[in-house]
Amino acid sequence: MGLLDQKFENSNIVVTTMDNLLNWARLSSLYQMQFGLACCAIEMMAASASNFDMMRFGVIPRATPRQCDVMIVSGTVTLKMASRIKRLYDQMPEPRYVISMGSCSNCGGPYWEHGYHVLKGVDRVIPVDVYVPGCPPRPEALLEGLIKLQEKIRNETMVKKKAV
Amino acid sequence: MTETHLHAIKTSTGRTLRTEEMVVNMGPQHPSTHGVLRLEVVLDGEIVVDVIPHLGYLHRCFEKHCEHMTSYQQVIPYVDRMDYVAAMTNEHAFVVAAEKLLKIEVPERVHYIRIIMAELQRIASHLIAIGTFGIDMGAFTPFLYYFRDREKILELFEMTCGARLLYNYIWIGGLSHDIPPQFVERTKEFCTDFKKTLKEVNDLLNYNEIFIKRTANVGILPKDLAINYACSGPMLRGSGVDFDLRRDDPYTLYNKFEWDVIVGKGEMGTVGDVWDRNIVRQREMWESLRIIEQAIATLPEGDVQKAVPKRIRPVPGDAYGRVEGPRGELGFYIVAEDSVTPYRIKARAPAFVNLSVINEISKGAMLADLVAIMGSIDIVLGEVDR
Amino acid sequence: MTAQEIHDILKSQFGEAILEAKLENVPDPFIKIQTEKIKEVAEFTKSDDRLQFDYLMCLSGVDYKGKLGITYHLYSMTHRHKIVLKIEVPTETPNVPSVESVWKTANWHEREAYDLFGFNFVGHPDQRRILLPEDWEGHPLRKDYQTPEFYNGMKVPY
Repeated sequence: MGLLDQKFENSNIVVTTMDNLLNWARLSSLYQMQFGLACCAIEMMAASASNFDMMRFGVIPRATPRQCDVMIVSGTVTLKMASRIKRLYDQMPEPRYVISMGSCSNCGGPYWEHGYHVLKGVDRVIPVDVYVPGCPPRPEALLEGLIKLQEKIRNETMVKKKAV
Repeated sequence: MTETHLHAIKTSTGRTLRTEEMVVNMGPQHPSTHGVLRLEVVLDGEIVVDVIPHLGYLHRCFEKHCEHMTSYQQVIPYVDRMDYVAAMTNEHAFVVAAEKLLKIEVPERVHYIRIIMAELQRIASHLIAIGTFGIDMGAFTPFLYYFRDREKILELFEMTCGARLLYNYIWIGGLSHDIPPQFVERTKEFCTDFKKTLKEVNDLLNYNEIFIKRTANVGILPKDLAINYACSGPMLRGSGVDFDLRRDDPYTLYNKFEWDVIVGKGEMGTVGDVWDRNIVRQREMWESLRIIEQAIATLPEGDVQKAVPKRIRPVPGDAYGRVEGPRGELGFYIVAEDSVTPYRIKARAPAFVNLSVINEISKGAMLADLVAIMGSIDIVLGEVDR
Repeated sequence: MTAQEIHDILKSQFGEAILEAKLENVPDPFIKIQTEKIKEVAEFTKSDDRLQFDYLMCLSGVDYKGKLGITYHLYSMTHRHKIVLKIEVPTETPNVPSVESVWKTANWHEREAYDLFGFNFVGHPDQRRILLPEDWEGHPLRKDYQTPEFYNGMKVPY
């Protein structure tokens, strides 16, 4: 339990909001879909391997979309692949998040002009929460993207939106 | 093998059970297809009857892009992105083809640095190949060990050209710039350190009983079939064919160094099985280290930018240049017209050619063995689909 | 064996079917073959003891504007020599005999050439698109290819 370990005299109560508690729980265990597309997938692998160790953020790769919270679209999305990505995204349980990693999935990258078979940005088929630029982004950049996503989750609320 | 399994099964009461084949889709999102390959697997129970690969989920129109460049040098960044695990080798292959077309002679120092880079890249690529292959076989530790050491190679590359993965370092006629002063020292250090890991993982993985049980006598690729399917690289050498372009069709200055071609011998099973292909990669890293050490020790002086042409406008014609990449024969066929734009560039991707044999070698194997076979082919989808 | 010797053997065997050859002052010496004869030539180069071209390095389609061409890069594992064969067909009727039965590796190379250039390989056992989706229209590496505006409801240009 880290800082709080063995610090209480008696049994204890922490007062917080439900939002805070649930958001904290969700952002600390973002299960990632194990799914690589292109060059960026190698950097994503490097990010989850020894030197960068993505698991310390609670990001654990899962092989099935049913168990995942976040999809990292790592690489060029082609027209043939786009419908499959849409389907995989649809199979993920809500709340779900998408990190678009690398220039290709942001906007088509170097293939934007003559790529007859390249989708110019994954946001044309699925909604994206965080864009990580770079070709390919360094693992540090991907970790930064993850922290940005965690910040986003931290500020979410379950309160019903009031009509303006 | 398959016919016997397809027979109807008799139960104890004498009734016949009807059996039929089942089609299972592996991919495009599957942890062990190493990217976005889709395999349509026809199964009889657990036995693979037929495998139909479906490619193109990463077809990024590389060849069309080349026809729209305003210079031959501009092709190099796209070449990088083709086989993203071994970008230096791709650059090297393209540059070898282009220099053959343009008849450029490059200084000796350039050749040496290219060889050092290509061999470092070969090690880095094999590290990924064996690491991920280990994961496919249920061994996670080699992956972590190998990625730790791969980062050291990437640091060397980063020091040289600023990028971790896709470098744009080897140019037509030379290099984008010379190696930094500390490079030689750091590479020597790496060679010494890396030998320890190599030995460690070799003991840990390749002679592990479970690993041998899963890989020996699986996915046997006979010699003549390998040649008929034009397999190359560890795939071909694993089948016992003593052929390496670095020695048999020398390019750059490989014939100046002393090293051995590693050939699969069927130590654990039959020649050409999955274990052989893996051990060829493992032992090739030792040979690469030998080449690097020799090249570092005898690195000549010179200007690496001397032969870089200001403007590239080749004589109309065509040329095919090939190098031995980590996955095999990587070739570029360049057709030039009287223009600064390439007319047509075709990449002969080794992974594409090696993958085409999968149907032949996986018939009759178990479904779990198919994963082993896939891992041993070491495909990179960026190169298969281009 | 030099390119000249290989050319002489093929010339004596096939005569008229050898249209043209450029053996010197080029990066790769090549021999141009009559399209209809390519399969026979391929079979001969593979089975002849002097040639033994058992390894098809590469098979590439090229669009020469008005006609299409295929380049075969051959290599012999036994004799360690190589040669380039070329053929040309009109763009309207791109029928080429398939060499799949000679070198199995040609299977996927030919499928790719069909996919991207629209060749029709006569005798190919499984001529389907390999890289692009089945319902794709046109052959993108042709010089007159126009990128479609939409594919399955997805906008293609940037």
